[in-house]
Amino acid sequence: MKEKLEQIKAEAIRQINESEALDKLNDVRVNFLGKKGELTAVLKGMKDVAPEDRPKVGQLVNEAREEIERILDEARTSMERKLRDARMKAEVIDVTLPAQRNKVGHRHPNTIALEEVERIFTGMGYEVVEGPEIEKDYYNFEALNIPADHPAKDEQDTFYINSDILLRTQTSGVQVHEMEKGKLPIRMIAPGRVFRSDEVDATHSPSFHQIEGLVIDKKITFADLKGTLAEFARELFGEETKVKFRPHHFPFTEPSAEMDVSCFKCGGSGCRFCKGEGWIEILGCGMVHPNVLNMSNIDPDVYTGFAFGVGLERIALLKYEIDDMRLLYENDIRFLKQF
Amino acid sequence: MNTPLSWIRAYVPELACEDKEYCDAMTLSGTKVEGFERLDKNLEKIVVGHIEKIERHPDADKLIVCQVNVGAETVQIVTGAQNLKEGDYVPTVLDGGRVAGGHDGGALPENGIKIKAGKLRGVESAGMMCAIEELGSSRDMYPEAPEDGVYVFRKPVTPGEDAIEALGLHDTVVEYEVTSNRVDCYSILGIAREAAATFRKSFIPPVVEVKGNGEDVNDFISVEIKDADLCSRFCARVCKNIKIAPSPEWMQRRLAACGIRPINNLVDITNYVMMEYGQPMHAYDLDNVAGNKIIVRRAKDGDEFQTLDGQMRKLDSEMLMICDAEKEIGLAGIMGGENSKITDDVKTVLFEAATFNGANIRKSSKRVGLRTDASGIFEKGLDPRNAEAAINRACQLIEELGCGEVVSGIVDVKEPFKELVQIRFEPERINQFLGTDISKDEMLEIFGRLELVYDERTGMITSPSFRQDIGCFADIAEEVARFYGYDKIPTTLPSGEATTGKLPFKLRIEEKARDIAEYCGFSQGMCYSFESPKVFDKLLIPADSALRKTVTISNPLGEDFSIMRTVSLNGILTSLATNYNRRNKNVRLYELGNIYIPKSLPVADYPDERMQFTLGMYGEGDFFTMKGVVEEFLESIGMTKKITYDPNAEKTFLHPGRQALIQYKGTVIGYLGEVHPEVADNYEIDAKVYVAVIDMPEILPFASFDRKYEGIAKYPAVSRDISMVVPKSVLAGDIEKVIEQRGGKILEEYHLFDIYEGSQIRSGYKSVAYAITFRAKDRTLEESDVSGAMKKILNGLEGLGIELRA
Repeated sequence: MKEKLEQIKAEAIRQINESEALDKLNDVRVNFLGKKGELTAVLKGMKDVAPEDRPKVGQLVNEAREEIERILDEARTSMERKLRDARMKAEVIDVTLPAQRNKVGHRHPNTIALEEVERIFTGMGYEVVEGPEIEKDYYNFEALNIPADHPAKDEQDTFYINSDILLRTQTSGVQVHEMEKGKLPIRMIAPGRVFRSDEVDATHSPSFHQIEGLVIDKKITFADLKGTLAEFARELFGEETKVKFRPHHFPFTEPSAEMDVSCFKCGGSGCRFCKGEGWIEILGCGMVHPNVLNMSNIDPDVYTGFAFGVGLERIALLKYEIDDMRLLYENDIRFLKQF
Repeated sequence: MNTPLSWIRAYVPELACEDKEYCDAMTLSGTKVEGFERLDKNLEKIVVGHIEKIERHPDADKLIVCQVNVGAETVQIVTGAQNLKEGDYVPTVLDGGRVAGGHDGGALPENGIKIKAGKLRGVESAGMMCAIEELGSSRDMYPEAPEDGVYVFRKPVTPGEDAIEALGLHDTVVEYEVTSNRVDCYSILGIAREAAATFRKSFIPPVVEVKGNGEDVNDFISVEIKDADLCSRFCARVCKNIKIAPSPEWMQRRLAACGIRPINNLVDITNYVMMEYGQPMHAYDLDNVAGNKIIVRRAKDGDEFQTLDGQMRKLDSEMLMICDAEKEIGLAGIMGGENSKITDDVKTVLFEAATFNGANIRKSSKRVGLRTDASGIFEKGLDPRNAEAAINRACQLIEELGCGEVVSGIVDVKEPFKELVQIRFEPERINQFLGTDISKDEMLEIFGRLELVYDERTGMITSPSFRQDIGCFADIAEEVARFYGYDKIPTTLPSGEATTGKLPFKLRIEEKARDIAEYCGFSQGMCYSFESPKVFDKLLIPADSALRKTVTISNPLGEDFSIMRTVSLNGILTSLATNYNRRNKNVRLYELGNIYIPKSLPVADYPDERMQFTLGMYGEGDFFTMKGVVEEFLESIGMTKKITYDPNAEKTFLHPGRQALIQYKGTVIGYLGEVHPEVADNYEIDAKVYVAVIDMPEILPFASFDRKYEGIAKYPAVSRDISMVVPKSVLAGDIEKVIEQRGGKILEEYHLFDIYEGSQIRSGYKSVAYAITFRAKDRTLEESDVSGAMKKILNGLEGLGIELRA
């Protein structure tokens, strides 16, 4: 009996090794292990075995069965792997063929720069607010300490609708609208479109954008102004950026300053980009003039504050090295695609 | 303003620093230097040479050979200059030296021109004798220089000495950007005063003394101011026996370095004093002043006046005139009259130094269309105290230059001076305001440098009259800050109550619009807010349309930029046209920008500024591509209910059969469509153009970023397809309306999967097929649920004249 089983096993293994396809393996399974298979036949012949030998024979049969199954499985796995390998070999692709891209559009460089600035200031607790583009003289000038006959009114060539209503020349008027709301403290930035009657050329546009900033609270100092804008410059132009504050004059701030940043191209050693100066002028700022606070019903003896104004186009032109402002308003797709 | 540094040094004699250091320090203390130019740039190895002998060149008619003593030796130099003679002293550049430019006076090369010994037509030449232009200068600065030829010294010089020093060219012209509040710094003395304070040196202004000839000025002239609101001071002095001649070289050089062309001694003196004191002056020929009288009064409307440039000027009653007993002789503060101008035959001169109302001068100058150096200074509003000092300085120069004799005395008509500004000195408050810890003594030391006077008894600081910019606490805090040094002030961040940074809802929606537009392939454009009224014709907008009621700019850059847009399409169409014209393919653009709708005309209040989300495209894609972008956007901002489209949009600029109003919950929120071919023609785009405009204020009430999870369906759905033949006039939207209204609660979803018009369908009809899906949230649907709903739908559809296909 034992020999017979060994015989059957050897025959099964032989047939397995000879099998070249999965269905052949299946035939082997059926022939040996199936209902009518040879091993099953041996089990069926148990009735002829002496009862005391039956457990022993049963064990032998099961062992043979398990072994055949194991070898069958191994053969199947190996055959499947070979088939898959062959299939994959046939599936080789040229990975250097062009990609199929979703044709997404591009944001305007102004907006990219603006979102960057907004991210920096909202991170510092500033609220983004808006004001009207068509503005009253009072908010654009008078409430900013620029009375009717002030020469600064001429410096900013204003588009007028009538004697009282104009296209705002600066976003500074939003300061006044915010202060008039009477909610203190204030930490805000106000981005928006402004207008000045400059003819279009490489560095001028009659319509451009500013970002105004205003902080009003008790005990706000000039040092706070410096610290805040230095932080802003580092965030926008890189950790290594240094800042320089120069005295300047704006009617609505006192003291006033212009801020330069160290040239982010050459690091301050002087290059063509910064015209050899090592510094690039970036914004105007200052402590809110007491007259401005007074006019908006904020007591300058209790509250102080600082304000600043950044030209958005200036940031965008500098940061993305755009050499002609006109490109920003032509909307040529070959330009926009680069952002 | 440009000034030579040497002129500043004249009043701050201890100022020893280099020009670069000077410029940097001045900028940091508040007198911004825009740039500077070294007059000795590229001038190397240039000494005084003495021409000892001149011979003709053996081989060239136009050249001469000179033996030139240059101190240490005598060298041979060949030149083509025709103006030289033996014994002349000339600037001579030696072998290996450098000059600034060519003798033609053209643009100067950045690195100058290197001079090397060599042969000219076979004769050795060891250097070059220089024309003034080769030294980077001009005959404006060196009027004694020949028009064409080598500069010849007229003053005693020694061979071998530094010729650039002898010419006074070791100097730097500094260009300042003076801020409008610092009118005192539009003068040499003002800047010198700042320089002295910046470098802690003494400021030594000129000592002004006029001898006078003993006659009384009142016998020559009287002055009456009729309109004192426009003229707060008028000083007049008279000079006799005027001898017109060129002014001395030093004066010409200083003026030329400031960019003022020297004319003659009299004109130069008035210009010199204007530069030095910041007080414009005027000189009249007293023989042409009728009645020996000056009257300052307003002109009359419609008067005409000939200014000394020969132009006739139209006057009005807000322009101030200087008149004599009979007539107008000057447009105050702007320009004198032709009828009293100085000629070379002048014998007696009347000097005027006056203080006019700055705003009035500015406006008059604008109206008359004439801006002069004088009006540019007057319009800033001058310190009346300065007028007398300036006129006396001019008379002093008349005497010193031998230009004439000065009649004793001054006619000085003036309003009482304004009191000097006093501000309480609060050192603690200044420190708290600046965030500094500066000692009281240091602040007082700074004030001392600036001539701000502190009275310990009253605790008040008095500001000098020339500092018209100082008026309150913050102003003196600034003085402390800029002389303590902005760079030394610490950097801190604001303390106090924390605030939340936020982007308001409207801006978040706009951000989403950008995201979705870009996701759908549209790039962001930016367009102008103002445009031409012709745009309405281009867009075929009817003459009586409300869109033509615009906010109009009264002083536009031109008609093309004169109205504030009431419809956003022109910007995007113009941009598409630019791209089309440049042969860019498949262009998709969007814009977020306002339109401006006046509430009433004429404009009396803020117009309605409405943010428009405008999309435009040509190339790949059609109406339904655009419609998809619109729906993608609306869904992204929580507008998930059914969006409906009304084809009767009545937009003249869109294709009449391919346009729709976009509606949400019954509100029109925008429109979309194919651009009318005629409009596309107007923009020269030979392609189908699709646009969509969302009126952002209309969607804000519906938009929301709130989201709620509704669970994933547990029970199976049942789908039914219906296929029908419908009259062409029936819109898919009509069919869908029926499905929506009649599908009941179990209607989950439906979509159109086939639409066909053609040979198998009779004309005037189309075949349409929908798949409708039903599902209940809480149970598996029974067949009867679905057939009931379907029956209702089918009944409804029959009402539209629809036939079901098998």
